[in-house]
Amino acid sequence: MTRTHPHALLNARLLDPATDLDVRGGLLIRDGLVADFGPHITADTLPDGASFEDCNGFCLSPGLVDAHAYLCEPGKEHRETMATAGLAAAAGGVTTINAFPATEPVIDEAALVELVARRARETCPVNVVVTGALSKGLLGEEMAEFGLLAEAGVVAFSDGQMAVGNINLMRRALSYSTMFGLPVIVHAEEPSLARGGVMTAGRTATFMGLKSIPSCAEAILVERDIRLVAMTGATWHAAHLSTADALNSIRRAKDEQLKVTAGTAPHYHALNDLEVGEYRTFARVSPPLREEEDRMAVVEAIKDGTIDVISSQHLPQSADSKRVPFAQAKPGVIGLETMLPVSLRLYHNGDVGLLDLLRTMTIAPARLLGIDAGRLEKGKPADLCLFDLEKPWQVDGTQLQSKSKNTAFDGHLLQGRVVKTLVGGRTVFER
Amino acid sequence: MTQLDKSRFAHRDLLDIARLSAQDITLLLDVAEGYVNKSRGRDKKLSLLHGFTQINLFFENSTRTRTSFEAAGLRLGADVINMSVSSSSVKKGETLIDTAMTLNAMHPDVLVIRHSDSGAPHLLAQKVDCAVINAGDGSHEHPTQALLDALTIRNRKGRLEGLTVAICGDILHSRVARSNIALLNIMGARVRLVGPTTLLPSNARKLGAEVYHSMKEGLKDADIVMMLRLQTERMQGAFVPSIREYFNLFGLDKEKLKVAKPDALIMHPGPMNRGVEIDSEIADDLNISAISEQVEMGVAVRMACLDLLTQGARS
Repeated sequence: MTRTHPHALLNARLLDPATDLDVRGGLLIRDGLVADFGPHITADTLPDGASFEDCNGFCLSPGLVDAHAYLCEPGKEHRETMATAGLAAAAGGVTTINAFPATEPVIDEAALVELVARRARETCPVNVVVTGALSKGLLGEEMAEFGLLAEAGVVAFSDGQMAVGNINLMRRALSYSTMFGLPVIVHAEEPSLARGGVMTAGRTATFMGLKSIPSCAEAILVERDIRLVAMTGATWHAAHLSTADALNSIRRAKDEQLKVTAGTAPHYHALNDLEVGEYRTFARVSPPLREEEDRMAVVEAIKDGTIDVISSQHLPQSADSKRVPFAQAKPGVIGLETMLPVSLRLYHNGDVGLLDLLRTMTIAPARLLGIDAGRLEKGKPADLCLFDLEKPWQVDGTQLQSKSKNTAFDGHLLQGRVVKTLVGGRTVFER
Repeated sequence: MTQLDKSRFAHRDLLDIARLSAQDITLLLDVAEGYVNKSRGRDKKLSLLHGFTQINLFFENSTRTRTSFEAAGLRLGADVINMSVSSSSVKKGETLIDTAMTLNAMHPDVLVIRHSDSGAPHLLAQKVDCAVINAGDGSHEHPTQALLDALTIRNRKGRLEGLTVAICGDILHSRVARSNIALLNIMGARVRLVGPTTLLPSNARKLGAEVYHSMKEGLKDADIVMMLRLQTERMQGAFVPSIREYFNLFGLDKEKLKVAKPDALIMHPGPMNRGVEIDSEIADDLNISAISEQVEMGVAVRMACLDLLTQGARS
């Protein structure tokens, strides 16, 4: 509930990647907004009538912004709803979700954007922004109504996990998108190479006898789009890169000052294709988990900033659609709740500094989507994530908040866990 | 009209605006002005081209332009023959050059050609002995349309020089736009192109125009707003997502027109897609719309072209 009096979070490790702030101090909330923060906010300096709590030295960062998640509402409520996705997000420290348009019906009309936004306000405890479809019905044939979608408030255009195979459509969509100043987010996988494949091409796929997708399918589409970006001047983001070759292409495009950014998901920096093990369908994702060399390249790219954004790629699938032979299983894993703890591995392993890691889940996705979030700022809504950096725990899929339980990290030992999440100053999760 | 020195016009063909000078264009418009009055009278017929043969060779469907050329020729006294693609031997596999040679053997004095391929009139002009008038070639030029637009503007505004003209819509595929850009630049007007990024050539600025992707910015303080026709097949997801989105962003209505000059003139080469690129409320308002006047000027301008291009043959 919203407090009417000021409230302070004291004795926290304040972390704000946007300003490289890492200092012990407190944060004062008034009327749902951040009133003040810094080392000077202590029990002695609080205004009259303010309540407070001690954070035990835990990390207090801006609430996470998840740039890529599937909320399944409307149309696929048996897998997830705005309400359950919101609970999962809150438990994972995520205060803003970018909802992808792969719903039923597809979000390719302005009226649906408004419907989704309203449902989110009514039922979801965290903020939801919406990405509109790039092509009508996600069919990859005709451009969606970018202008009307933009007027309705979408933050980006994307066909989600449907890669756009028609190069001319992509060319026109990129060109057209520049009129609205919104990014185009792509699934980078050349569809004619990926069709029918369920694993990355390599030793494991060969031994297991599974139809595979060559890793170059990713680089081919990335290279293709980079040339279209150079021609059109569009803002382009690769949603979840997983291969060394594609990341090298991104490096070159950034050197050329193109408006290109890259993302990945926790499973691509934390897991490799061996995870499929005994045909575990919960390890089936799109693009597929890659060989170890590629996984290490993803870690390297997060480290050197080639990858700007880590998003959950949260894609709930019902148990029925995973309890089938591997090749028949639907791809996708849930991830809202585990995005931060899984990614903290990169910090605990000494690969990435804490602020740099948090940047990929706060200010970087907020900038990509052009939304006012992901940083600590006076006068802005108190969307916050309080986490215990050291807490060891074991993932138990059945205990996760999502309606679907298809996590790739069931049984994994993780270090670091969210203890409290606030949206607009209101506590939406507390452990 | 007698005081005009028509001999200064030294062209055999009218293939594109780009090769005309400001003097050529002014002379064409001055001559056309005389024919405007003649066409408004009871007796519209002259005998200037008596005994001359004009062939209208239309490889693309057209009613307005063909009729306009036909009226122009008839009013000057020429014998006019219409040849359209459906009745021609093109369907039987004859090449453009063979058609040209066949027609040339009939000794025409003027060939008016419309073709879906850019440059077709130029090829024809190399192969025949008479004057060739380009009545629209592919996405290249439609010179008589630009001339009639110029005459309309000159009548209403008294000049071309210094005016700000916004050409809006499908610039990429438009021969009307290319001819108008060329003419307006030659005559010292300021040209703006307004349209979605997908319907503008990527190097549009090099055509000598300012480029805008918003009607609000592109129409600001414009003297003339020239709307272009958008082909229906280009509105369904290929270049533009839908008709309703196109009208919302680029369709001309009273609201968008507010930023233009209060006395701004609205033009359209026709045929109009009402509710797609132009609102009926504007198209039918005779105070601001010059669309009917454009058609009237069309006949006069084409008479002027026929007059000037046949001077050599007449003398």
